[in-house]
Amino acid sequence: MSETNTLKSVALNDVHIALGAKMVPFAGYSMPLQYSNLIQEHNAVRNSVGVFDVSHMGEFVISGDKAIDLLQWVTSNDVSKLENGKIQYSCLPNEQGGIVDDLLVYRINEKVYLLVVNASNMQKDWDWIKNHNKFGAEMLDISDQTSLLAVQGPNALKVVQKLTDVNLSEIPYYSFVYGKVAGIENVLISCTGYTGAGGFELYVQNQDIKKLWDAVFEAGKEFGIMPCGLGSRDTLRLEKGFCLYGNDIDDTTSPIEAGLGWITKFNKDFVNKAYHEKIKTEGPTKKLVGFEMIDKGIPRHDYLIKNEGGETIGRVTSGTQSPSLNKAIGLGYVAMNFNALDSEIFIDIRGKLLKAKIIKIPFL
Amino acid sequence: MNFPSELKYTKDHEWVKVNGDTATIGVTDFAQGELGDIVFLDISSHGQSLSKESVFGTIEAVKTVSDLFMPVSGELIEVNPSLDSAPESINTDPYGEGWIIKVKMSNPAELDSLLDATAYKALTGN
Repeated sequence: MSETNTLKSVALNDVHIALGAKMVPFAGYSMPLQYSNLIQEHNAVRNSVGVFDVSHMGEFVISGDKAIDLLQWVTSNDVSKLENGKIQYSCLPNEQGGIVDDLLVYRINEKVYLLVVNASNMQKDWDWIKNHNKFGAEMLDISDQTSLLAVQGPNALKVVQKLTDVNLSEIPYYSFVYGKVAGIENVLISCTGYTGAGGFELYVQNQDIKKLWDAVFEAGKEFGIMPCGLGSRDTLRLEKGFCLYGNDIDDTTSPIEAGLGWITKFNKDFVNKAYHEKIKTEGPTKKLVGFEMIDKGIPRHDYLIKNEGGETIGRVTSGTQSPSLNKAIGLGYVAMNFNALDSEIFIDIRGKLLKAKIIKIPFL
Repeated sequence: MNFPSELKYTKDHEWVKVNGDTATIGVTDFAQGELGDIVFLDISSHGQSLSKESVFGTIEAVKTVSDLFMPVSGELIEVNPSLDSAPESINTDPYGEGWIIKVKMSNPAELDSLLDATAYKALTGN
């Protein structure tokens, strides 16, 4: 296990280990996969409240007069539409028609933006943005000092509200404020998440994360709050049809094919815009769709998708048994002509062609 | 973690309970813990004669899929019917309700090559 030696730890590493978490290498970090039981963790978030330590995520501050020019150039969404305190989902298109990463863009003020990127792509993203910074915007990587808790679920607001005077119900989805939480000043309180269950993401300095964690669990006791790992994070996001970088989108998939046309704005210039505009105009050759299994079996990443005649028409990018729906679901790219809603497709599961049906996403 | 002393074990984390020439086979407490929530078993070799170490099916957890191997050679004479509707019994009772298959052994001498509880426990680092 030589890789263990080079793994980075999050600030709460000892807390996770003390809780009995199964720690796994993920994106260069040792991260909790699950604490006790993935399905219980999943259900805690869907039905009440759960907490994810996602401190491995990367945070970059882009600032200065030219910050917006750099962001308009490297991201696909229209940053000029952002107001102070608002957040945008976006992606970094590459020059080969794929995606460097997907990310969140926070507008702190007109000259300061916070980018939140996937841990697995942190260095790649930094280099990419830096290499495209012909504008002279200032760039600062605060990932190593920043910890992030995602408090998610229908009771998340009630839990966090016990710890702050900020009126959380006044923070709309994809908006944020700075406020005092659990006695910690200047917490970035963001109404976002990767679960589709509602809740908040709280950004603090590493030295404050233990205090925040303890306060959140104390406040959440009456709601049966649970610590949740990457396993349930994945089943929760997949039920909502959220893309996972490295699975559903990557350096080779176009945002148009991935159903991310809504964050790809052609009213401004950006890296490789002409290529993506052409795909949009001419129509893509494949599209990311959701499907459910009709025959018994569970689709997994990279399984082939076939037609009734056994010809390959696509591949699975994500799949799982959905704990909330109690059925097997997946996402995958399927060639045009085969990807209409309600179409029957076949998943090649270990040599057997098992029937599935294309259905709309989100699944839940 | 539980390692019943009356059972035989394999390095693939399966257990074998012998009754005459019939072997009842399942996965160990350690294995179910590593796999996590079991959601599906795919066993299509019912009635077939399979040799030791060949794949007789697959076990799927929410996040992973693993092959199941024959600990001994023989004919697969029974598949636990309750696993179809309650695969989670492998998590809750791996040595009891969660048994997976029964095999009519063709070469019971193969049992000698399996691990006892002490050796298996050591293998899992416990």
